[in-house]
Amino acid sequence: MIVAEKKPVEEIIGYVKDCQKILILGCNECVTVCEAGGKKEVGVLASTLRMYFLNQGKDVKIDEITLERQCDHEYLEEIRDVADEYDGIVSLACGVGVQFMAEKYHSVPIYPGVNTCFLGATEQRGLWTERCQACGNCMLALTGGICPVSRCAKRLLNGPCGGSSNGKCEISKDIDCAWQLIIDRLKALGRLEDYEKICDIKDWSTDRAGGPRKVVREDVQI
Amino acid sequence: MSLKTPSKLEKMLSQGHLAVTSECGPPRGSDPEAIRKKAGLIKDYVDAVNVTDNQTSVTRMSSLAACIHLKLMGVEPIFQMVTRDRNRIAIQSDILGAASFDIFNMLCLSGDHQSFGDNPKGQNVHDLDSMQLVQTVRFMRDEGKFLGGGDISRPPKIFVGAAANPFADPFEIRVPRLAKKIAAGAEFIQTQCIYNLDKFEEWIKGVCDRGLHEKTAILAGVTPLKSAGMAKFMKNRVPGMDVPDEVVKRMADTPKDKQADEGIAICIETIERLKSVEGVKGFHIMAIEWEEKVPEIVERAGLYPRPETG
Ligand code: SF4
Ligand code: SF4
Repeated sequence: MIVAEKKPVEEIIGYVKDCQKILILGCNECVTVCEAGGKKEVGVLASTLRMYFLNQGKDVKIDEITLERQCDHEYLEEIRDVADEYDGIVSLACGVGVQFMAEKYHSVPIYPGVNTCFLGATEQRGLWTERCQACGNCMLALTGGICPVSRCAKRLLNGPCGGSSNGKCEISKDIDCAWQLIIDRLKALGRLEDYEKICDIKDWSTDRAGGPRKVVREDVQI
Repeated sequence: MSLKTPSKLEKMLSQGHLAVTSECGPPRGSDPEAIRKKAGLIKDYVDAVNVTDNQTSVTRMSSLAACIHLKLMGVEPIFQMVTRDRNRIAIQSDILGAASFDIFNMLCLSGDHQSFGDNPKGQNVHDLDSMQLVQTVRFMRDEGKFLGGGDISRPPKIFVGAAANPFADPFEIRVPRLAKKIAAGAEFIQTQCIYNLDKFEEWIKGVCDRGLHEKTAILAGVTPLKSAGMAKFMKNRVPGMDVPDEVVKRMADTPKDKQADEGIAICIETIERLKSVEGVKGFHIMAIEWEEKVPEIVERAGLYPRPETG
């Protein structure tokens, strides 16, 4: 899923401080799972803002809506009739949702309420870690199912570097060395000899490097 | 053995001499005197001089420019290149730039992570990794082609090296990793600084058992310790560095004003012991900001005068 983190409320206040009518718009997908932009966080942010404006002696109306998804036309249409009533919408969806909102509703400023961080997994409640950088050419079959692109600090395809120490990455004792994990995994699979196969220079044109990407599936288009 | 490049280092090794290399870090500024001065101190005591590439991710004068200064003063440079800061276009371009000045040696590295340096907020590139950089230089030299397939007019004649850290984890793949670098095309290897000789000897035995020492020339890396503080810092703070407790203790038990001498003594003992170890083809003396001590180390270790390669 896409993992995001709540923006500091001061930053959000900076965006909406002059608004009279604000909509806080949550999303029921990834940002709900990572507890950054679901219904609960919409409620918390709305209350915090109400408190702030009250203290400022300002009468500002703040509404709360949480959509099923913000990266889908169908669900965004649900606020078609009300969107124009606001002079500011804070979207707690990931960067995709914020942009899709902005593309659809031109006359209202849309502000991001979260920082979109990475593609990752919930290791445990309150701990999300990165697993993929969407390089567009998945090589997990070669690396025992562990991604060196997203999990090695230098995205080495033929690691580990000389800084790997006690299973940890040279940049922090809190980060596992991806290549230690890959080697452990290859060993467990009885495939350690695969380690000696050199991974060729990667085609990064399917990655961010190739420019904005698109997936087209004519067979499913209507 | 027929030589593949005009490199003096390659020639020295092919004639069976123990090679001696050292390194110079370029200055944090544009004064060429800084690099010339360092190189001048060591030039008659070593066969070639590595020029580091923004080492520990701290911004410095470019390695290539500093190599050119060395070359112009008659010193044989080893152009260090990290994959952190350049994509494959810049890499190939800098290789040609080096070749245009007849720089005949390169050391291919991935480089420390930028978080260690003075620009922790910057991007890193890593379009290639160090292994693929070795392949790239060899491809450009041996096939005379760019990665994109086009022909290179006057291909680079570069003797290609890589680093090995026998002390990094996981230890069990440290020999396979060397095999991989050799398969990629590494013709010489410079190791991480060696303080744990037992572990180094265990590694190089594994290297020799697989016959890998016949396929590449391994130069054992040494760095004289200046003080007990430096020993502790290297032990605790430098990733992938293995400084055994005995070494730290030996430095700490020495009175402060004698610690530098003790560090030099340890360095010389290390060279003496490793000279006769199978698979060691020379020494890479990294006297960090202490270049003036290199001549003494080379002399006292019995590696001076340097043989004439003709
Ligand atoms: S190899 Fe690419 S697609 Fe596969 S997990 Fe890693 S970044 Fe994602
Ligand atoms: S220590 Fe491991 S994860 Fe960190 S940069 Fe080196 S190889 Fe990658």
